[in-house]
Amino acid sequence: MKNPTQGMGAIFYKEVRHMRRDPMAVLFAFVLPVLQMIILGAAIDTNIRQVRTAVYDASGSSMMTEVSGSSESRAFLDRLRNSDTFRVYKYVHSDAELNEEMISGRASVGVKIPIDFDRNLLKGNQAQVLVMVDGSDSNVAGQAVNVSGSIGLDESLRRMMAPGQKNPIEVRPKVMFNPASRSPNFLLPGLMAVLLIMVTVMLTAFSIVREKERGTIEQLFVTPVRPLGLMLGKIMPYFVTGIVELGIFLVFLRFAFQIPIHGNVLVLAGLTAGYLFVNLAIGILISTKANSQAEALQFCLVVMLLSIFLSGFMFPRETMPLWAYTLSHFVPATYMIKITRGVILRGAGLEQLWFNGLVLFAMGAGLLLAAAKRFKKMTV
Amino acid sequence: MLAIETKNLTRRFGDFVAVNRASITVEKGEVFGFLGPNGSGKTTVIKMLTGLLPITEGDAWIEGLDVRSQADEVRERIGYMSQKFSLYDDLTVLENLQFYGRAYQLKGKALEKKIDETIAANKLEKYVNRLAGRLSGGWKQRLALGCALMHEPTVLFLDEPTAGIDPVARRQLWDLLFQLSGHGITFFVTTHYMDEAERCSHLAYIYYGELIADGTPDSLRALPEVNPPGTHRFEISAPAITTALRKAKEMALFKSATIFGRSIHALVDESVGQQELDHELRRHGIAVEEIRPLIPTLEDAFVELSQRRQMQMEAAS
Repeated sequence: MKNPTQGMGAIFYKEVRHMRRDPMAVLFAFVLPVLQMIILGAAIDTNIRQVRTAVYDASGSSMMTEVSGSSESRAFLDRLRNSDTFRVYKYVHSDAELNEEMISGRASVGVKIPIDFDRNLLKGNQAQVLVMVDGSDSNVAGQAVNVSGSIGLDESLRRMMAPGQKNPIEVRPKVMFNPASRSPNFLLPGLMAVLLIMVTVMLTAFSIVREKERGTIEQLFVTPVRPLGLMLGKIMPYFVTGIVELGIFLVFLRFAFQIPIHGNVLVLAGLTAGYLFVNLAIGILISTKANSQAEALQFCLVVMLLSIFLSGFMFPRETMPLWAYTLSHFVPATYMIKITRGVILRGAGLEQLWFNGLVLFAMGAGLLLAAAKRFKKMTV
Repeated sequence: MLAIETKNLTRRFGDFVAVNRASITVEKGEVFGFLGPNGSGKTTVIKMLTGLLPITEGDAWIEGLDVRSQADEVRERIGYMSQKFSLYDDLTVLENLQFYGRAYQLKGKALEKKIDETIAANKLEKYVNRLAGRLSGGWKQRLALGCALMHEPTVLFLDEPTAGIDPVARRQLWDLLFQLSGHGITFFVTTHYMDEAERCSHLAYIYYGELIADGTPDSLRALPEVNPPGTHRFEISAPAITTALRKAKEMALFKSATIFGRSIHALVDESVGQQELDHELRRHGIAVEEIRPLIPTLEDAFVELSQRRQMQMEAAS
């Protein structure tokens, strides 16, 4: 009648009961996200280390069995081994064997030291080393080329400079915010944004589509419960779930993965609220379109995949082609990931992140209005 | 004041006319039976009256309130029980009642009191904490009815309330409906069961969107379309009833013949008397046990009306 949100309380109360009674919902909301966090945090290392490397040393001075010796080739191979990028797992004794290791995929890098390596160096000529890199994984290939190149350069300089002479220029890199370059520090704040989608978009969409399937939604529309009251009553439990989820993630981040949280948690929670509004609205929009939970799942997967691939969670946005980069501006997770990484890793506050928050709240308001409009159309 | 009134109520889905200019009047306290084949528009009419579907054309009032412009006031007066009973299977009986009570703005003491009354009236005491999904059909239906009545509506729409319910539960429900209609509640009920139709005080029959009959059960049975002038009906008992029907249908004598239990209901020309019919049947090798004059049943009436309508529609196209 006068109150457009009539019935919100009744729906909220009912929704909480549904959640408590549905083990799948609890699994979806809390267990699965935490599991994913553990798996991704503990298992995935984006730093390229210990690349499997096969070596054919034709100069004959560094056979596996040979322990002593101080030949040039041996010194060079030690540099490779100590770089942490390469792990020499096998020494082979012919070009054919080396090729076989590469083709079979057992080796990602094949190093061949030619027969005249020592001789050339001793004579003061240029000695060559062949480094073959499997290009199937471009990240690994790039890293292998760079590291082997800089080892070669470094060794060359060492030979050319007089003892005690220093490099004319020394670059001193300082990795800020994540000094050890740990992968979880980079991955998990982004993962939080993606996992929140699962809790909010999916569960909201499912909860409404389920009522469509059962036919209870018509019963609701015959009561004085107003569409807006129904919508808000449906959203609120999942909003609360989202905030609780954020808390769980932060606890895991801080204590299970030892990632220091540099910024203000309240700022993070406040900005997350905007992100949750966007996702809840998307969930409602999906529910007005889908007629079965299976259909709703398809829509949710599209949202999830866009968020994973375009948000900068996995792949940097800067290297995307223009169309994908443009599209990424419309993916809410893009802004959320900037916020989580900013607050958690860099200790950024509202001064630095206000724009991202603003975009999320604006998107949220717009989408919620659109959702309410479509939702009303479902009745009369 | 009429409980329900529609004038030329029409609903179209694109080019398809689901309900065509249906005009219905239902008095207060009536048990109004709304019949028709599946897909003929019964549920569409209910959905328009309860505000679930917009009305394409025409008007509808519930207790004098315009369904279109006074939807909110209408909502407080009506109750609705859909075919699926619309309960939450994963909530208990008590939680279902609590939810529907709250949805209708009941609070605190008033809510508790109403829940207690509903539980007592429907004898649900034993099942209060059972999940609704674990109730049998009859109990589900009682609970659904209880939920639909929580806010004391004066007009209740029941869409096939007895589909899939055992006969005992069916009878109990109808007894309850009459008890409630005695208190002035109006019922708008759809059903496929003829014995239920017989119990209604007022019937209407809708056939593919067109309202083709409206009246009391007796007046429908007495319609001239059902009893064409110059014909009368007999009930013929015979062994091997299906063979008998097949033979009878080959005889020019019968205008229509259908099996009803262990007998044939036949419509024949007035000039054919009981003895002549008996003689003819025996001549065609049908061992007649008994022949009785027959007053048409409601089913006869609806079958007759449907067939006539079908022929008219075919003739028109």
